[in-house]
Amino acid sequence: MQIDALSRRLIDRFQHGMPLCAEPYRAMAEALDCSETQVLACLEQLEHGGGLSRIGPVFEHSRAGASTLVALAVPDSRLEQVADWINGLPEVNHNYLREHRYNLWFVLTGPDRARIDTLLARIEAETGLKPLDLPMRAAYRIDLGFPIGDAP
Amino acid sequence: MIASLDDEQALQLRRLLEAGLPLAARPYGVLAERIGASEEAVLEQVQYWSEDGLFRRVGLVLKHRAMGFGANAMLVMDIPDETVDEVGRTLGKAAGVNLCYQRPRRLPDWPYNLFCMVHGREREQVCRLIAELLAANGLSDVPHQLLFSTRAFKQCGGRYAPTATVEPLHG
Repeated sequence: MQIDALSRRLIDRFQHGMPLCAEPYRAMAEALDCSETQVLACLEQLEHGGGLSRIGPVFEHSRAGASTLVALAVPDSRLEQVADWINGLPEVNHNYLREHRYNLWFVLTGPDRARIDTLLARIEAETGLKPLDLPMRAAYRIDLGFPIGDAP
Repeated sequence: MIASLDDEQALQLRRLLEAGLPLAARPYGVLAERIGASEEAVLEQVQYWSEDGLFRRVGLVLKHRAMGFGANAMLVMDIPDETVDEVGRTLGKAAGVNLCYQRPRRLPDWPYNLFCMVHGREREQVCRLIAELLAANGLSDVPHQLLFSTRAFKQCGGRYAPTATVEPLHG
């Protein structure tokens, strides 16, 4: 997608933190010396272009509840069907196809570990595939931001 | 005196925040209306959560593929338990590594315990970066694999708040 200069500045400036106040888009506009209308239009465009997942908090796993990384070894012939079904679970995010025997990778989140266990059992029962359950043991880096200032 | 949110409203607010702020001049006001609370009470609660460490960050959450970071590799390594923390901390600081986690091995199916996420614009660039990273840290000989993602089926935020007790939201 095409990213204009203002979008690039917005992303670089506010992907790691944005003002927490009643009119955050106005505050962002003031920081970038442009109008609130421009900021909103820009964010709308990013959202429609598929570049923006959402605006707001990224929850701290350890505080927000339980989560785990799950992998399934899905036969190619069943990939679409299994991926679709997995996508339909509201507790699933970041569902990716990867080049490996374990080819479907996604994150499960829930209020507690018991809920995760229930979901894992349900996934196994529904797909007939044994999920790899890989909860985080330690985080050495958790930042997920991208330097896009030098984007082509 | 602002009336604080009750537990049910706080839970509803968390679910709404997990889905993201609306693009409106007063986004917290919009959320407040949906849960039958005042904008002030919503802001106060969000500020409290923010200070309390419930959020890792509050900002624009991007989809890296659409942003031109089309090459996404998960580097997985089998590092001895005695040194995994040290190696993890070192790799976590390296340029180009966006995420670095320790996870359990699941033998015999899965022998790897250290995970790094590396994003780049092109596959070759990511492969080169990872080869350099391993070499620079004396890790070229540790068992490792590179799992490139070839398709994103879903990319959104986690839904932690329980759903069973929440009324469906309108709008």
